[in-house]
Amino acid sequence: MSQLSTRHLLGIKDLTKEDIQLILTTASNFKEVINRPIKKVPSLRDITIANVFFENSTRTKLSFELAEKRLSADVVNFSSSNSSVKKGESLVDTVNNILSMKVDMVVMRHSSPGAPHFLSRNVKANIVNAGDGTHEHPTQALLDSFSIQEKLGDVAGKKVAIIGDILHSRVALSNIFCLQKLGAEVMVCGPITLLPKYVESLGVKVELDVRKALEWCDVANVLRIQLERQQIKYFPSTREYSLYYGIDKALLDSLNKEIVVMHPGPINRGVELNSDVADSDQSIILNQVENGVAVRMAVLYLLAGAKN
Amino acid sequence: MPLRQKMLRKGNNLYIYDQILLMQKRLVLDQEEIDIILKRFCHQLIENHDDFENTVLLGLQPRGPIFLDKIVEKLQEISGTKVASGYLDATFHRDDFRRRDFPLKANETKINFLIEGKKVILVDDVLYKGRSVRAAMDAMIAFGRPQKVELLVLVDRKLTRDYPIMPDYFGVRVNTLDTQYVMVEWEDKGFEKDAIWITEKVAE
Repeated sequence: MSQLSTRHLLGIKDLTKEDIQLILTTASNFKEVINRPIKKVPSLRDITIANVFFENSTRTKLSFELAEKRLSADVVNFSSSNSSVKKGESLVDTVNNILSMKVDMVVMRHSSPGAPHFLSRNVKANIVNAGDGTHEHPTQALLDSFSIQEKLGDVAGKKVAIIGDILHSRVALSNIFCLQKLGAEVMVCGPITLLPKYVESLGVKVELDVRKALEWCDVANVLRIQLERQQIKYFPSTREYSLYYGIDKALLDSLNKEIVVMHPGPINRGVELNSDVADSDQSIILNQVENGVAVRMAVLYLLAGAKN
Repeated sequence: MPLRQKMLRKGNNLYIYDQILLMQKRLVLDQEEIDIILKRFCHQLIENHDDFENTVLLGLQPRGPIFLDKIVEKLQEISGTKVASGYLDATFHRDDFRRRDFPLKANETKINFLIEGKKVILVDDVLYKGRSVRAAMDAMIAFGRPQKVELLVLVDRKLTRDYPIMPDYFGVRVNTLDTQYVMVEWEDKGFEKDAIWITEKVAE
């Protein structure tokens, strides 16, 4: 099969295993493309893509924009901070206005969970979710799986621990779905206050002790503490968090095996991850960023490819 | 789903023809003839490119590489030199993106050298509309500006061209219609013998 089962990429939950595999295979083709002397292909020449970001982003926005430009798409950027949203325009109105300027695809980040789903029911363009609140961040999960596959050969059968602020993390949820669909075992680890209730019902192991989690896993995906989403105090101080859940070289060296360390960025150095780990050979953080462009190219290519 | 659609969609219509029932097949080349052509190609290439010092061969995905490997092997047998070669996939450069029902699945591009200033020989099994070759030339430019580009094909379908593209070397030239397929079978790909057939597409 060379087609996705869906017109939009709203979340990993809606994708089949075959969809994910198709995206990962196509991404490896694009990874070769972005390592050529000339990194651009003309595939999306006649397509216009709007990047609509209602929430701050550095990596994802840059990565999407690069992916779009390397596919030769025309790109328009929108961020809510300097727009009419401030004057009270609704989401559908904003996007419909953008679409009436003949835009084919919308890449959207929004602070409300479900915003891209709502949009996909109300507008005609293909929607790509670039993160919706604490819900899903599908392209991040896809690039994480791609990076694991690249480093370890396969995702199936691997043990992946997701460590940190699971409660506020869209990366965690998308990763859980994606890794499970590809046949990996998943564990979540963090302070009990930052683990969602009933998280076991997703079929993941739960661990409170970071050392035990690291001893169990092949890959540790370390997440950032999202202070901006925390209205109340979930732990006494970042200093204390770092003491109990921070990962440093000494901790990794004391394990009986060498594990792979990932982080979706931005890193709070010295809080969840120490510099001696983030910059070590075990870390594939910068590979994740490189792969992000290839994976996003694959997603846009596959979504744009079908005749509507 | 009608059979023909299924075949077009898979994009490798040459290999799944055996799903078609009771169809006329006409043999164009048998194993012996293909072997003679292969040797002829090698001698022609040696004549034009001497020791291949500044020449590289690129097989066009998905089926060009099979034939390319045979040429490279034969050339080494005859002249003792290992010619630089690679595989080129032009999926992202095709002109029918969004005009098909499905995006085409890409294949691997494997080129470990720059083609800047080199003589490039593009290798494919069948030349049909010339559109893949156009896309391939477009894709090729991403690896540098070649000094000269040549095209080598095993079968040239001379009546079906959409673009002004002609091969520099061809094994056999056939008169075929759009309603026909040219099928290339290789023994090392699980077929009984190396052979090339012309067959009718099934009507929908």
